[in-house]
Amino acid sequence: MGRRLFLGLVALGGAGVAFGGQVQKALSSKLGSGFASLLPGGDHFRIYTITGSYPDVPTSSFRLTVSGLVDTPMTLTFDELTALPSLDIVKGFQCVTGWRVENVPWKGVSLAHLLTMAGVQSSAIAVSFDSYDHADSESLLIDQAHLPDVIVAYEMYGKPVSREHGGPVRLVVPQMYGYKSLKWLSGIRVVDRVEPGFWEQNGYPTNGWLDGSTGATNPSPQLS
Amino acid sequence: MTSTLTDAAHRLVRFDVAQRTAHWLVALGFAVLTFTGIPLYFGSFFGILFARHQIQTIHLWTGLVLPLPVLVSLAGSWGRRMRRDLHRFAYWSRAEVRWLATLGRENTDLDKFNPGQKANALFIGAAIVVLWFSGYILQWFRFFPVSWREGATVTHDTVAFAAFAVVVGHIVMALTHRDALVSMIKGTVSRDWAERHAGEWAGEQESAS
Repeated sequence: MGRRLFLGLVALGGAGVAFGGQVQKALSSKLGSGFASLLPGGDHFRIYTITGSYPDVPTSSFRLTVSGLVDTPMTLTFDELTALPSLDIVKGFQCVTGWRVENVPWKGVSLAHLLTMAGVQSSAIAVSFDSYDHADSESLLIDQAHLPDVIVAYEMYGKPVSREHGGPVRLVVPQMYGYKSLKWLSGIRVVDRVEPGFWEQNGYPTNGWLDGSTGATNPSPQLS
Repeated sequence: MTSTLTDAAHRLVRFDVAQRTAHWLVALGFAVLTFTGIPLYFGSFFGILFARHQIQTIHLWTGLVLPLPVLVSLAGSWGRRMRRDLHRFAYWSRAEVRWLATLGRENTDLDKFNPGQKANALFIGAAIVVLWFSGYILQWFRFFPVSWREGATVTHDTVAFAAFAVVVGHIVMALTHRDALVSMIKGTVSRDWAERHAGEWAGEQESAS
């Protein structure tokens, strides 16, 4: 009895590891993510910071620079950014460590639109992103940066992106793991080589595709 | 509940030094895991006070070494009593199953541990195993498929909440059953207590001595 109880509980835990993700997805699609978020483990954002604090950037002093290998370097204020044509997307947010939040509505400006405004030069290979936390950084290949659902987001769930979620402005790359969606975005630099970001320097793949592939439609990054 | 016989000769050893050391080290580890696990789960507030990766490092290493005191206390010549108690957890008499099914209303001469205590030990033991392996997957996620990482996240969080609830219950029981608590601190119970709460075990002790 005792041994069976113990082994049964351990086996239940093993089944949880194998099928828990599917159960969670089924629950949130049947009951709505609002209910699933009440369950432990289910459907809520874990807040990560590298520095241990959240940068406090008021929208009045926020500036987004677009620089590097572009014809027209730009510095946008928050109002100038939000005055640009906006894009709404609703996408799941998947962390590389395993948690996932379904159907997150984001609003922002298409990164491809910003890059077109600035005019990317032909020598460009990649785009580097800088954060107001002065610690995190990210990088996308030019083709990846032009994917239609990559946005520079300023709204989440219909409200301004909060400080802990990377506000006032963050990058959202829905087809890749969450670490590619840089928080507290301050700068977009078009560059001629891939500069591995903070998480890539700490061992995560530079191509963070959700399916784990190296990106069939995109060339592998040239690490130099 | 108060013991009338306080003479050392009339006291029975319930937990020896190895067992008590293991228990309190695991308890300490559990406290550290709880206080570091809460901000890892509800990060939004605590992230401002401490760097997440520091909390994560403390949580990781505490979790990795948590089973060690139990394993060490089971090994070697000092582990005889611990091994015997493990055997008690593993094998249940029919009377004990009935005791648990009737929530203790059906009286029986009890072993050293009542079935509720046995179930508690088995649950916490299984929870440690599950939390250890699911935590391992969360830390070294690169070697596991995404579906396992998702499952490990759900499982680790769910089992952690359940274990927390059980441990809170365990502490409440300890605080309301003074003699049992004292036996985990000083190691002994009065024969009087043993006869009332663990009659079968008390009888064994008599014949043994």
